[in-house]
Amino acid sequence: MPELKGWKELPIGGLIVEPGNAKQYKTGTWRVLRPVYQPENCIHCMQCWLYCPDQAIVVEIVDGKPKMRGYNYYYCKGCGLCANVCPKSTDPKTKQPAPEEKRAIVMRPETDFAEE
Amino acid sequence: MPLNAIELAKLFHDKNPGITPGHRMCPGCAAPNVVKFALMTAIAKGYHPVVGLATGCLEVSTTIFPYTAWNVPYIHNAFENVAATISGVETAFRAAKKRGEIPPDKKLAFFAFAGDGGTYDIGLQSLSGAVERGHKFIYIVYDNEGYMNTGNQRSGATPPGSDTTTAPVGKQIPGKLQLKKNIVEIMAAHENVYVATVAISEPIDFMKKIEKALEFDGPAFIAAHSACVRFWRVNDDKAVESARLAVETLYWPLYEVERGVYRVTKKITNPKPVEEYIRSQGRFRPLLSRPDAKEIIEELQQYVTSRYERLLALEEITKDKPLRGPWAKEDFQTDEHAM
Ligand SMILES: Cc1ncc(C[n+]2csc(CCOP(=O)(O)OP(=O)(O)O)c2C)c(N)n1
Ligand code: SF4
Ligand code: SF4
Ligand code: SF4
Ligand SMILES: [Mg+2]
Repeated sequence: MPELKGWKELPIGGLIVEPGNAKQYKTGTWRVLRPVYQPENCIHCMQCWLYCPDQAIVVEIVDGKPKMRGYNYYYCKGCGLCANVCPKSTDPKTKQPAPEEKRAIVMRPETDFAEE
Repeated sequence: MPLNAIELAKLFHDKNPGITPGHRMCPGCAAPNVVKFALMTAIAKGYHPVVGLATGCLEVSTTIFPYTAWNVPYIHNAFENVAATISGVETAFRAAKKRGEIPPDKKLAFFAFAGDGGTYDIGLQSLSGAVERGHKFIYIVYDNEGYMNTGNQRSGATPPGSDTTTAPVGKQIPGKLQLKKNIVEIMAAHENVYVATVAISEPIDFMKKIEKALEFDGPAFIAAHSACVRFWRVNDDKAVESARLAVETLYWPLYEVERGVYRVTKKITNPKPVEEYIRSQGRFRPLLSRPDAKEIIEELQQYVTSRYERLLALEEITKDKPLRGPWAKEDFQTDEHAM
């Protein structure tokens, strides 16, 4: 939170004049579940990136191709949508939830990481 | 043809397409994805988006002082007048272009986003006016089927049987009694308009329709299914699943109407029962414990089935029979009040 300005210093009408300055705002503190990336299972399909409502999927371009590189926990609210849309969350044969070790994203309680 | 997820990621992985993170929509809310899909499509096509917002969750949660999550030109006025506001912005733009203040080849795309309350109910008059005047803008309703920002009141978009604070399911009534208002048909009746329904579970269909709206020489209206995970009482990760189920049960048929010509863009041959959609969401759970639940679901089933059959029939009979030509455009573009 930046220091709030006095009324004389504010832009007229209380306008916010810095485009996209919400980027300073940390929404990662809301997280109850934490998505954990298991790169060995990832096929870099970008579904998680496409659907993350908080643009918290980190992507790097390697040889012209986008590669999933984990999470920006500054913003990630832990909704789990990335894990829900990830094709590796479903077993292709049974159409049932895939076993955890086969998934590319696993949602874990944030309390597991409390020490960090 | 719209870009797929991989191509989009290549373009936008280090950019924020109109909206930035740090906004304060609930975790998993569908609305930010409605915005992203629309604005990424416009930007990828070389347009500079200009955004107007009606009051509602999207507006309130992206513009909490002293922050804004918008990195494109943005305007908010009031709850009931986003269409009037953006039509004024669009007119000012045309005037500035005529005066040579904006390069003639600069492509701007004017978007209005509003909730269902801001569209079906309180903003309908200004929306109808702006579309009738033929302003070149794209109006997108993110339809979460209630006044969610003020805590889940019933709107003209709320489905029957849904539990809201102003039409609660109880002993006397089974929640909202009326069917959802058919806003898509109301907007299509303006004739000189491109109208479409979209769902985030079908991103290519979604973005194709945005591309069409961008290229259409007149106003466009897009209705987007937009799960409110909070008040639909579903888990935070369900926005895409519920959109998919809405499409598969015909609860949310995907179609478009271009100057009176209907096209069903996703044909569903074996629709799932609408009951599956109802059972997947907590907002209908109180209904399910009432003795008349079966009847209400059956009525809804009949409605969605006949609406879909009607859409297929309209597609057949309106083929190559547009209601109007694009003549409103000529009137409008030479129009003197733009100066
Ligand atoms: C004229 C007016 N009446 C009432 C309100 C209070 N209000 C603010 S947001 C809102 C609900 C908006 O509902 P909707 O348009 O569906 O958007 P949602 O919040 O559901 O996304 C209401 C009633 C207002 N801001 N202005
Ligand atoms: S959705 Fe899953 S498989 Fe696809 S890029 Fe993301 S983590 Fe990898
Ligand atoms: S949990 Fe939600 S906010 Fe976090 S990265 Fe996944 S989709 Fe984004
Ligand atoms: S209340 Fe509903 S519509 Fe509003 S931000 Fe939360 S999930 Fe989204
Ligand atoms: Mg709403």
